[in-house]
Amino acid sequence: MTKAQHIDWLLSLADDALILGQRLSEWCGHAPALEEDIALSNIALDLIGQSRALLSHAGRLEGAGRDEDRLAFFRSDREYRNLLLVELPNGHFGDTIARQFFYDQFALIRYTHLAQQTFDSEVAAIATKALKEVRYHAAHSAEWMIRLGDGTELSKARIQESVDRLWPFTGECFQEHTILDAAIASGAMPDRSRAQNTWNESVGAVLNQATLTKPEGSWKQSGGRDGLHTEHLSYMLAEMQVLPRLHPEAKW
Amino acid sequence: MSNQSPDWPLWEVFVRSRQGLSHKHVGSLHASDATMAIANARDVYTRRQEGVSIWVIPAEAISASSPADKDILFDPANDKVYRHPTFYKLPDEVKNM
Amino acid sequence: MDENERGMEPYLCGESFHAMDLNQRFEDYIAADQKIEAKDWMPDEYRKTLIRQISQHAHSEIIGMLPEGNWITRAPSLKRKAILLAKVQDEAGHGLYLYSAAETLGANRDDLMDALIDGRAKYSSIFNYPTLSWADMGAIGWLVDGAAIMNQVPLCKCSYGPYARAMVRVCKEESFHQRQGFQIMLNLSEGTDEQRAMAQDSLNRWWWPSLMMFGPNDESSTHNEQSMRWKIKRFSNDELRQRFVDMTIPQVELLGLTVPDQDLKWNESTGHYEMGPIEWQEFFDVIAGNGPCNKERIAARKKAHRDGDWVREAASAYAQKMNAKATSNQTHAA
Repeated sequence: MTKAQHIDWLLSLADDALILGQRLSEWCGHAPALEEDIALSNIALDLIGQSRALLSHAGRLEGAGRDEDRLAFFRSDREYRNLLLVELPNGHFGDTIARQFFYDQFALIRYTHLAQQTFDSEVAAIATKALKEVRYHAAHSAEWMIRLGDGTELSKARIQESVDRLWPFTGECFQEHTILDAAIASGAMPDRSRAQNTWNESVGAVLNQATLTKPEGSWKQSGGRDGLHTEHLSYMLAEMQVLPRLHPEAKW
Repeated sequence: MSNQSPDWPLWEVFVRSRQGLSHKHVGSLHASDATMAIANARDVYTRRQEGVSIWVIPAEAISASSPADKDILFDPANDKVYRHPTFYKLPDEVKNM
Repeated sequence: MDENERGMEPYLCGESFHAMDLNQRFEDYIAADQKIEAKDWMPDEYRKTLIRQISQHAHSEIIGMLPEGNWITRAPSLKRKAILLAKVQDEAGHGLYLYSAAETLGANRDDLMDALIDGRAKYSSIFNYPTLSWADMGAIGWLVDGAAIMNQVPLCKCSYGPYARAMVRVCKEESFHQRQGFQIMLNLSEGTDEQRAMAQDSLNRWWWPSLMMFGPNDESSTHNEQSMRWKIKRFSNDELRQRFVDMTIPQVELLGLTVPDQDLKWNESTGHYEMGPIEWQEFFDVIAGNGPCNKERIAARKKAHRDGDWVREAASAYAQKMNAKATSNQTHAA
């Protein structure tokens, strides 16, 4: 992996966490129950924490004086490297849970590998901590998938619809990509097909327990890793970045 | 509307703050079942490293002594001071017992 | 009286079951600074007052999430975002501790929540003001939470055990809230001209509403006296307000800002600041539902709750299915 590739790879890890954390933080104060409000905020906090550590690391590696905030607030949507999945709007609680579930299962596989790889020891340290968090997130989203799937008729219909709609966005997790391929070749990322198999198995098992149908379609929406996003990301960044952009010389 | 199905039941939460200490009642919360209750208790009551273990118990499963019986239940122990080691005077020569 | 008490009645005949004795015992407890616990006998009025006060307090925490939640997605740094999110999350936690305390008195959280979203319940008026700039996150933490702490610290010693214990927890967590707010103000006041102006503007808007948080002047407050006697309330509105002003003005000076009160002056002989008159009409207008954001806040709360109905129902339905399964498994095993 070249240094530029290394940085891009770090940004892809960081951006997944930051964008999903930002999305989840929109729930704060609006969740279906107080207990769930606290749970979603906790997950958002974990994700933002992961992104900060990864962005700082990327900035240091780059050596151009960009810190976590510079990277978060002064990159355009075209420079963001996150999966399309994580930038999709929250929708209803079921949409949020399905999105989280698909991502958590992916993050679990990815962080498990990141914690063990020796290519980047700083990432290994971040991943070791993150893995504990992600295990909890994965349990949380799976428990909810099961409750919504095997709950009422209404909830089953809604969550199945969420699953079907989000499904095309899951393929991007395992898609071929120059930078990620370089990372895989360096041992920094898990083997693609093995990771995808593991993901398919664990996602299938939970959907099965949730009495839901696993979609068959193989069409993939992608582009996020190259900065080609959905229409939603630019709006999200406009909101997220407004203050630092308006007051570029200010410290907060 | 929420009145069509039963509201989430109330759970009492007990947290062990450190290995070696017993679980202590910290409060309550609502959850649909025990798994969710434990997850919620973790988020609600241990956000600041307050615990290493959690018990949740359906509030309705707790039987309590009646406060009105405080006198008959607990006062009779008042005059049984001989249950406490300090009741016994020992000669000074006995240093440790 | 619950089943237990009824079952034990014969043993207690002619002893302490007389209503007057119970009341006397209750009063003695209060006088001796003993805590009243959930299942202890208590006068109906004491129970009602507590449910009203605790639920209003809980509602305030929950509604209070909204004005600050408004800026989570726009926090100007990732650190600030995390702090603010953790803070607003704490408020959900505080609401939850307090609803729990109210439930020990026989109230039901869903009923309390219904009262809130139907507009029947009160909550702190301060949250009906809009948050218009990032500096408001500072001012709310510093002034609003500061005023809240002033109100709340004495409640840690309130006569009702579950409320007092919930408040101990709340107060411990609140002190981080106030500090993060002050730090935001400090950063702004040391920042660019625009940031300093933002801080001053925010102080101008939040100062009076913060002073109003202590409630009406003592002579016009309706619940004061009985609540003081029952040790549900331990200091008067005016006492706490004065304490807040005395504590806050030096901090305002440290920030290099000024409060929007031309009459404010230090009184050497009393050792207190004198403040100008409060516009109580505004306070009562906001309480009456005419604040800038009353309708929005309740609508947001109502939407969250209604949008969550199907989710809570699904979880309940799943739990019922699992219970039924467990029961039928047991039957088969036997």
